[in-house]
Amino acid sequence: MFLSFFYLMRDRGLRVSLEQWLTVLQGLRMNLHRSSLSGFYILCRAVVTGSEADFDRFDTVFLEYFQDISREDGALTEELLRWLEHPELAQADREELAAGTGMTEKDVEELFAKRLEDQDGEHNGGSRWIGTSGYTAYGNYGKVMDGIRVAGDSLWRSAYRVAGERRYRDWRGDNTLDSRQFQAAFRSLRQISGGGGPEKTELDVQATVRETGRRAGRLQVEYTCPRRNQMKILLLIDSGGSMEPHQRLCSLLFQSAGKAGHYKDLKIYYFHNCVERILYTEPTLNYRNTISTEWVLQNLGADYRVILVGDAMMAPGDLVSHSGRSSGWDWLMRFKARYPHIIWLHPQPAPVEHNYWTGTFERLAGEFDMFQMSLEGLTAGMRKLMENR
Amino acid sequence: MKEFTGSSRYVAAPALLETVNIAIALGKPLLLKGEPGTGKTVLAQAIASSLDLKLLTWNIKSTTKAQDGLYVYDVVQRLYDSQLGTGGVDDVARYVKLGQLGEAFSSQERVVLLIDEIDKADLEFPNDLLWELDRMEFYIPETRRTVRAKHRPIVLITSNAEKELPDAFLRRCVFHYIAFPDRTLMEEIVRVHCPDLEEALLEGALEAFYSLRDTAGIQKRPSTSEMLDWVRALALSGIPAERLQTALPFAGVLLKKNQDLETLRRSRKA
Repeated sequence: MFLSFFYLMRDRGLRVSLEQWLTVLQGLRMNLHRSSLSGFYILCRAVVTGSEADFDRFDTVFLEYFQDISREDGALTEELLRWLEHPELAQADREELAAGTGMTEKDVEELFAKRLEDQDGEHNGGSRWIGTSGYTAYGNYGKVMDGIRVAGDSLWRSAYRVAGERRYRDWRGDNTLDSRQFQAAFRSLRQISGGGGPEKTELDVQATVRETGRRAGRLQVEYTCPRRNQMKILLLIDSGGSMEPHQRLCSLLFQSAGKAGHYKDLKIYYFHNCVERILYTEPTLNYRNTISTEWVLQNLGADYRVILVGDAMMAPGDLVSHSGRSSGWDWLMRFKARYPHIIWLHPQPAPVEHNYWTGTFERLAGEFDMFQMSLEGLTAGMRKLMENR
Repeated sequence: MKEFTGSSRYVAAPALLETVNIAIALGKPLLLKGEPGTGKTVLAQAIASSLDLKLLTWNIKSTTKAQDGLYVYDVVQRLYDSQLGTGGVDDVARYVKLGQLGEAFSSQERVVLLIDEIDKADLEFPNDLLWELDRMEFYIPETRRTVRAKHRPIVLITSNAEKELPDAFLRRCVFHYIAFPDRTLMEEIVRVHCPDLEEALLEGALEAFYSLRDTAGIQKRPSTSEMLDWVRALALSGIPAERLQTALPFAGVLLKKNQDLETLRRSRKA
């Protein structure tokens, strides 16, 4: 019964672990919810969510699970009774639980039994919750009914109300990829070497031994600069047009690159559809804030790691227009020649079927290492950037 | 076990009180998030004083490492001492100094440990503390000693969401988001801090405060702590309540950004 609540939460995208769920059950057993549904709401939310962005999702699931109960007080009792009735865990449920968590059924049972055991010594206050062993703890929900005092209980109503208000709707991020994971991927771009730091804060053991030896054993402590990341990054991002739908993903990438930090240098420029004569310094592609592509090629050395971000889908004319000037393709080839470490990240899955728009993607894929902007893609891309060429 | 029910100086929403008690009962760290100035740090003091426990505060900075909270082994001091022939150099333990976390674990009685602004630290910082917070113990190789908590400290962790915390860490915490207090709760909070406040002034101040928070374009919205400072300033200067309807005295106490003061001026003119 409650197990289905656990699965509903997981189904609806709340990443609740078995460990967390057992903690909730442990809390119930210790009567931390004070035998009220609003208490249960608070207990459950405090344990299973880790961010206010999850609150709305939790509220939604909570409502979904408990909405079947009519709000009419009279009908409530009976339905709630049925709802709280104590199904012993069906064998099928156990197997499902085991399959869902990768633990064997026995593991789960042992873990849970151990939990109960641990608690017995310290907390026998919640007399309603005494179970003889293992799963029968679930069996006692029936008794809790006495504690809930459904008909006149305003607390229950308030939990329902709080969840119903869905006050946390605005914070819901639906961040399928959180920037932390992106940041962690960017972290892998490291090339650490000493020197160049402003402050000598690290004990230099080698130098200390040497100097102390030179002074015939009189201690001379030497310090050195901490080692620093020497990595330089150039990020070129396609903005506007067909990239609009991917804006959020791109800004996530952008922020992560900035936050992961500690690069010796991080340059970010924007282009529209394809790299051309000029690059923009802002994603709004304002003509007032531009920089010449030539300047970038001249001034940023070959030691920069270059990441091109774009869907690589454009009208073929955008890529190779022959109006006397260098085409987008020419510029890209110059980047490729200049920077040995260069990758292309595309926000959408790689196209499977050939059509008008995918032609340029296929052509670019022949020249650049393409990676999808997912966690795996990004990690693989970063590995590629770190390879020695 | 004693329960936390708020204190004479700290008014908390019921959900927060319950969550605090849940965290204490489950023996898990309580992770607190919320707008700056909603009393995350003060909560730890309130818990400590109302349960009559000692409070240890570990302020996290961008350079803080997990190790610093456990213990620091002062090699250099030991080397110097050995040169000068100071006694006791053989005793490694003399040079191992426990950090706040170490202090909390080795304390003879239960303590409240506040890990303040954990998001200030490096991205990996929370991960480095998983084991220690889970097991409430750590090992010091230098002295071959294991520091194990005799009484699980009540651990409070605050975060301003500057960085996201790792999932593994979040799973081990009980979480609460301190929502901004509504008007009724704010009234109660102000009363607790300034009991002698005139009724009319309090009403006027609350009215002005919430309308200011709703003013469009304000970047750094004033919070509880600023409200309290402002009300104190109003009370001290003896400004009559009626004036609040036409002007906003001491606006600088509420708004800290030049742009915000500018926005306020423009919206007042309009």
